[in-house]
Amino acid sequence: MTLLIEQCLNGLQFGLLLFLLAAGLTLVFGIMDLVNLAHGSLYMVGAYFAATFAAWTGSFVFGAVLALAATLVVGMTVEVIAMRRLYGRDHLDHVLGTFGLILFFDEAVRMIWGPVGISLPLPPWLNTSVQILPGFQYSAYRLAIIVVTLAAAAFLNVLVMHTRVGMLIRAGASNREMVGALGVNIKLLFTLVFGLGAALAGLAGLMQAPMLTAQIGMGENILILAFVITVIGGIGSIRGAFVAALFVGFVDTLGRAFFPDLMRLMLSKDAAATAAPALSSMLIYLLMAIVLVLRPEGLFPVNKR
Amino acid sequence: MSATFNVRNVVVRGLLIALLLLPVYVGLSGDRFVLTLFTRIIILALAATSLNLIIGNGGMMSFGHAAYLGIGGYAVGILAREGIFNGFVQWPVALGASALFALIVGALSLRTRGVHFIMITLAFAQMAYYVIAGIARYGGDDGLTIYRRSQFVAPLDLSSKTQFYYLCLALLYASIYLIWRLVNSRFGMVIQGARSNDLRMRAIGYPTYRYKLVCFVIAGTLCGLAGVLLANYTEFVSPSIMYWTRSGDLIIMVVLGGMGSVLGPLIGAVALLVLEELLSNITEYWQIILGPLLLLVVLFARGGVDGLLVKSSAKVRS
Repeated sequence: MTLLIEQCLNGLQFGLLLFLLAAGLTLVFGIMDLVNLAHGSLYMVGAYFAATFAAWTGSFVFGAVLALAATLVVGMTVEVIAMRRLYGRDHLDHVLGTFGLILFFDEAVRMIWGPVGISLPLPPWLNTSVQILPGFQYSAYRLAIIVVTLAAAAFLNVLVMHTRVGMLIRAGASNREMVGALGVNIKLLFTLVFGLGAALAGLAGLMQAPMLTAQIGMGENILILAFVITVIGGIGSIRGAFVAALFVGFVDTLGRAFFPDLMRLMLSKDAAATAAPALSSMLIYLLMAIVLVLRPEGLFPVNKR
Repeated sequence: MSATFNVRNVVVRGLLIALLLLPVYVGLSGDRFVLTLFTRIIILALAATSLNLIIGNGGMMSFGHAAYLGIGGYAVGILAREGIFNGFVQWPVALGASALFALIVGALSLRTRGVHFIMITLAFAQMAYYVIAGIARYGGDDGLTIYRRSQFVAPLDLSSKTQFYYLCLALLYASIYLIWRLVNSRFGMVIQGARSNDLRMRAIGYPTYRYKLVCFVIAGTLCGLAGVLLANYTEFVSPSIMYWTRSGDLIIMVVLGGMGSVLGPLIGAVALLVLEELLSNITEYWQIILGPLLLLVVLFARGGVDGLLVKSSAKVRS
């Protein structure tokens, strides 16, 4: 029973973390119609920045805040230099151009920080466990991730739904030209949205860093998951991304934890041992394939013009 | 393919002939490395050529094309592991498996369009990747060594480097010819019509879904063939052969060379892999140059290398 609760919390934590990445992707896609493969690179950059700044300042929180700001700046710089020129192009051009950026970022990180990953040690007050229920301990850091990501999601909700900037963002998503015609500085808005997405990716990266050291290529695996989420949720929909992220987080975590046991009930022990790891990693892709076949536009399709 | 004399035709024909004569140069200079490098280039050019059939002509942006490389390669690897080295068994099995996988993926994916199509093909390829990586009997993550190349009847011996090179080259040229015939046939016209306006093609009575599916399967099968060659070339297969970055590499070759032109992917493959080789000789961190270079190609050289060649040909003529 405690195992189930623990795995559910892990699923929640992973799902929320994925949401941070998927939210940025889906914002950028919904508003700028841009497929950004380099989103995972910003996640990686966030993790490396956090590890470096935390070592410099000697404080985890201070390092994290600095890393967040730095990722925001990197994101906005990338937008101004490269992404801006890709809007309105073919999706294939996006794939190729941002693939080039991945190569650039991976190699730049290798040059600056070396090929070996660097770890981000946790401060003692996070590196403990908390008693949530009588007789049930849970990692304080994972709990902190849940709190921070929920706060970020709430912030995003307020920003997009209840502020003037958010109104412009939503307006930009439904009709770009019209917003521009009404005298809104679209270029600046796009740069801000891209920076916001980058900062969210950086936040996800820096929170993941203490659990799985910051390393080259860390962004690429999780990027695919984030893409799966945006597609399941309906591209451009933040609400859809939230639901799909939690769904994928749970399916992936619980699948890995309990699928092998379930298989063992049905198959022989050897067959289960070979098939289970493969099947539990492909579970979410299977899920996405099913969703796309049944609802090609995703669970929460966004109505475009 | 008109016979007019211009820069593009000279370069393209020069390339085709140079590839034919390469083993002669190797025989004279003794530079074995060039032969190995170009065998690899030719195999990947075959994969890129097959991808171009669906991306360039069909407008189907598959981001999971490396899956067929993996399936073709693993068919050879798995059969070899089970003691079957006969090429007459290995190759048809590999092609059949690739075609079957393409049929399933295509049948489901072609219901979607645009970004969804990119993502669903990617998802299927990743599924295949994880399945292969999870099977411990065939090496799992570590891959599978192939102890003997595919066996054929007497004169054909794949372990001879020169013979293997010519086999790959012959298969590449045959595939390019096949695709050229296909693209210019009635079938190819329907596919290209569906790319520019699917609705209209259906309105005049073409079941475009079936046409596109057949096109998708042909491309998958040809890429499976490239996978067979690649496995024989490296004498080793690992799941990384079908990782999504490999699909990205194939897309780069197609776009770099020039989409939709039949010879474009060959030019793209040669350009990319030779560039990689040259850059990696200059600096250890060659990707930091290659990455922005790709971005520049996307931004400023639409139509890729072939497009540039055509443009410069037009200038010479005027």
